[in-house]
Amino acid sequence: MAKVLMKGNEAIGEAAIRAGCLNYFAYPITPQSEVAEYLSKRLPEVGGTFLQGESEVAVGYMIFGASGAGERVMTTSSSPGISLMSEALSYIAAAHCPAVFVNIVRGGPGLGGILPSQGDYFQATKGGGHGDYHLLVLAPDGVQEAVEMTMQAFTLAEKYRNPVMVMGDGMIGQMMEPVEFPDDLKTEPTNKDAWATNGMSTRKSKTPNLVKSLFLDSAELNRNNLDLKAKYEQMKKEDVQYELYNADGDYQILIASYGTMSRVCRTAIDMLKAEGIEAAMFRPKTLFPFPEKQVYDAAVKDSCKCVISIEMSMGQMVEDVQRCVMGKKPVEFYGECGGEIPSPEKIIEIVKELIG
Amino acid sequence: MQTEVKFAGFGGQGILLSAKLLAYAAMKQGYQVAWIPSYGPEMRGGTAYCTVVISDKLIGSPIIKSPSHLVAMNRPSLEKFDDTVKPGGIVFINASLIPVRSQRKDVVELAIPVNDIAIEAGSVRAANIVALAAFAAKSKLVDLDLLKKCIKEEFAAKPKIIPLNMDAFDRGVAAAQA
Repeated sequence: MAKVLMKGNEAIGEAAIRAGCLNYFAYPITPQSEVAEYLSKRLPEVGGTFLQGESEVAVGYMIFGASGAGERVMTTSSSPGISLMSEALSYIAAAHCPAVFVNIVRGGPGLGGILPSQGDYFQATKGGGHGDYHLLVLAPDGVQEAVEMTMQAFTLAEKYRNPVMVMGDGMIGQMMEPVEFPDDLKTEPTNKDAWATNGMSTRKSKTPNLVKSLFLDSAELNRNNLDLKAKYEQMKKEDVQYELYNADGDYQILIASYGTMSRVCRTAIDMLKAEGIEAAMFRPKTLFPFPEKQVYDAAVKDSCKCVISIEMSMGQMVEDVQRCVMGKKPVEFYGECGGEIPSPEKIIEIVKELIG
Repeated sequence: MQTEVKFAGFGGQGILLSAKLLAYAAMKQGYQVAWIPSYGPEMRGGTAYCTVVISDKLIGSPIIKSPSHLVAMNRPSLEKFDDTVKPGGIVFINASLIPVRSQRKDVVELAIPVNDIAIEAGSVRAANIVALAAFAAKSKLVDLDLLKKCIKEEFAAKPKIIPLNMDAFDRGVAAAQA
């Protein structure tokens, strides 16, 4: 299929259609409103439903409703909007429902700004809502990956019956890049008759399904938590994704970065190489499950003097890197916020300082 | 080899479209491209700018502080970005609206009254196409016939304005080659 030149936000909308998602509910917010604009036009063309909620809180529960009924469903928002949806995310996770949430992250906290940021790493990977739950979190580094990961998000959400988040940022949402769409996702959500509240008429079983997040019996709630935990362990075994860049030779430093930031690091690594300095990059593509063993293995390599996590935040992923490297090598951090993005030149300066 | 072009001007001058057309033509020619708009608070004040990156390999950093070339459609854009252009690059100046010139000695200056040329072609709204054509002719970044085809494709839904834009394109190329 030929490449098309598309804005990240519009490409994410198209990817959802090609994944067979016919339900999209959202509330506009910069820098991702083009997803809603695009789908408000495209969804009616394919017989789908576009609905603008009265708030992100309402949208969160519209997603829960459609998901509980076994429908493929997505919403997109940006940081403050995701905060408002986080209560519903906790409920959806507790009720084992599949759904796709896209967060085109902007600078925070509070209303913050509208420029790209990675300040929602903790929110995406460690909770956001209350209780013991995780989202599976995918982090694209450009428009092509945003498309692939949005489509994959539906498959993963259905595999685990768990909400999946695609975490981009304002840069990925706003920029245009050539995109090649993968084949349409042809599969139907599997086995939904076993759990979804999709009506009794077509079902063999005469027992109604129940989608709920309230478990007043302590043993029952403990069991639900164990079931959730088992899914997260399975994700760690089966669905970790990452990339290593320039990591075959003897590198002196390992740069951990993801998303837009990783592209700047890639440029810095190429520039360093031209000066005869070898730096490698570890890029998680799944932020949860985090590639724990992979970052450890890359860090403990003999030639590697230290690890640095470079982020568009004040230091969030660095905590996962530190946890996984387990003190075997020093783990440093550099970050900028608010739409400021560390430049390749700045990264080179820091790397040179660190390796002396 | 990577080239970056910054297009800058007032909102409404068609900056984003000129940049998109260049990116589209370069993509058709087999390059990797990225089109990176400014969508921040500065845009809300009326100045728009957009960077196109054209490369023969995977594009790394989308953050471009010093572009290879600048297409300045108004005076604030020239004054803001003149210093950032890499030595040897083209500084394109919309001479219809910018009474001053580049302060640099190490760039190639191309000053063309694109608004006036667009008015001659039939509408000032085609000024961005005049500028794009003139810049493309000077920089030789993409094939001119291909770029022209991309413009036709872009305006496919409004066939009435295609002749105007084709004329504007030819006039832009001629002005750059004069």
